[in-house]
Amino acid sequence: MLDQADGYTTADGRKIGPVVMEMKNITLRFGGVEAIKDISFDIREGEIRAIIGPNGAGKSSMLNVISGFYVPQEGQVFYQGQPRPPMKPFQVARQGIARTFQNIALFEGMTVLDNVMTGRLTHMQTGLFWQSMWKGKAEEEETANREVAEKIIDFLEIQAIRKTPVARLPYGLKKRVELARALAAEPSLLLLDEPMAGMNVEEKEDMSRFILDVNDEFGTTIALIEHDMGVVMDLSDRVVVMDYGKKIGDGTPDEVRNNQDVIDAYLGVAHD
Amino acid sequence: MSEAFLYTVEVFLNGLMAGVLYALVALGFVLIYKASGIFNFAQGVMALFAAMTLVGFQNGQVPFAHLINATFGLHVTNFGWNLHSVVAVFLTVLVMILLAWAVQRFVFRHLVGQEPIILFMATIGLAYFLEGLADLMWGSEIKTLDLCWSAGHCLPQGGNFWIEDMTAGLGGEGFYGFFIDSLDIVAAVVAMVLVAALVAFAQYTKQGRAMRAVADDHQAALSVGVSLNFIWILVWSLAGFVALVAGIMWGAKSGVQFSLSLIALKALPVLMLGGFTSIPGAIVGGLIIGVGEKLFEFLIGAPFLGGATENWFAYMLALLFLVFRPQGLFGEKIIERV
Repeated sequence: MLDQADGYTTADGRKIGPVVMEMKNITLRFGGVEAIKDISFDIREGEIRAIIGPNGAGKSSMLNVISGFYVPQEGQVFYQGQPRPPMKPFQVARQGIARTFQNIALFEGMTVLDNVMTGRLTHMQTGLFWQSMWKGKAEEEETANREVAEKIIDFLEIQAIRKTPVARLPYGLKKRVELARALAAEPSLLLLDEPMAGMNVEEKEDMSRFILDVNDEFGTTIALIEHDMGVVMDLSDRVVVMDYGKKIGDGTPDEVRNNQDVIDAYLGVAHD
Repeated sequence: MSEAFLYTVEVFLNGLMAGVLYALVALGFVLIYKASGIFNFAQGVMALFAAMTLVGFQNGQVPFAHLINATFGLHVTNFGWNLHSVVAVFLTVLVMILLAWAVQRFVFRHLVGQEPIILFMATIGLAYFLEGLADLMWGSEIKTLDLCWSAGHCLPQGGNFWIEDMTAGLGGEGFYGFFIDSLDIVAAVVAMVLVAALVAFAQYTKQGRAMRAVADDHQAALSVGVSLNFIWILVWSLAGFVALVAGIMWGAKSGVQFSLSLIALKALPVLMLGGFTSIPGAIVGGLIIGVGEKLFEFLIGAPFLGGATENWFAYMLALLFLVFRPQGLFGEKIIERV
């Protein structure tokens, strides 16, 4: 059922659309080291796609290729059906791809609200002149975008800390604010780099719930990297497994779980 | 009130006014340092360059006149017109924006990700390049700068008689009122408006938000779609504009001459005091240095140390600050995780 071009319906009744992002034969080298070796996979509209693998497998590198932070030496990225030329990260962001970082990259000096508002920058079109006048279109735009930001803040239940400078927040909340900022861009593809790294069980459960809710409520396509196997299997529709820069498995969580290569390379022994 | 006290107050007020000019230069430093981590040694020369360009436009000077004459055997020096000050200021702003673009395009774009010391060296090179360029474009003679927005309405010169008259009654027979330069008052007001405008721009506009984002975290700024290149050009343009304002004020006070570029050095102790990353810090630091050096000279320097302490007092104060509070009054605390 996975090869239907215009999508499929999941077991829990969500509609998954056609392919939004396709990676074709991507190879990424740092000097002599091949971080990613000839990997191809795709991401479909509305699905939660996970990339997993042991440390140093090249997962983060993959995410950086998608978000434009790294430019692969070989291969082609297709976005919304079009081959994507090499781009700067800010251009990729303007195309509607938002991301979070493994080691949280928030604007520490700004308030939570300001941070979320930076996520709206790609939606604000008025030029320097009108912005400086702070009248007419600039004002309308600010109000409209502020509404979206507040909606996201409500959705992620961080109203109480709206005006708090981010530097003062605990780790778990920072992660959530970062998600809010990425979400504020109303991305057509949301990239999450280890959204649950370093969290306790309760925080992990919260975050999983938010990821599912985001996908459910806004229909956002999500690609995420995660270490925690249990979480990944519960969350995602399809999983790519990487090891030493190579793709060793790709499919539904069940398929991946039963894939002998994956068991050998990543899981070692099956626990259950 | 005793006259000694009144004179001290006058020195204090004059110190505040001098401090405003230091603060203006320091402000340009802070803008660029915050957004790109570049300590721009050329900020003072930018003020000089801006002031010379302004005067050149006003007087209808032909840029590169010497070069043109030497190359083509001509004798052009002047277009034969005098531009209105407002037009000249507008053109100078355009030149400063062009300069910002060129600096970014031809220098710092190629140095992204380099060590701070290399970026700093590049700005020293830039300082000398700009000084040479200013010389080549507009000649090296000292010029007077008069800014007039309409006939008879120019930047004021000399003491403010109103303040003198109003305060003359405070002291005894020998006290004639506070002497405060009118130009200094204008400079103070302009500086306040400028700072308020910059802060409002950074707080409330989309580009200002992007600017703060870049100052905070480059990677994160990229991930929300901010072009670092655009922000850096914007910041250098703003610094160029601040340099123009500083250049106008200093130029109107003491003539447009090459020693103007040396005021950049006075901005250094101001930044040590205020912190390199704080706009309010630049203002407060400038005021403290201005008042401090004037008061020190008046109360201690002249009577006991033989005078001329203004030349070194600011640096001594900065040194003390470096020992006890290296991040300055308002700078971000330097905490390093081991």
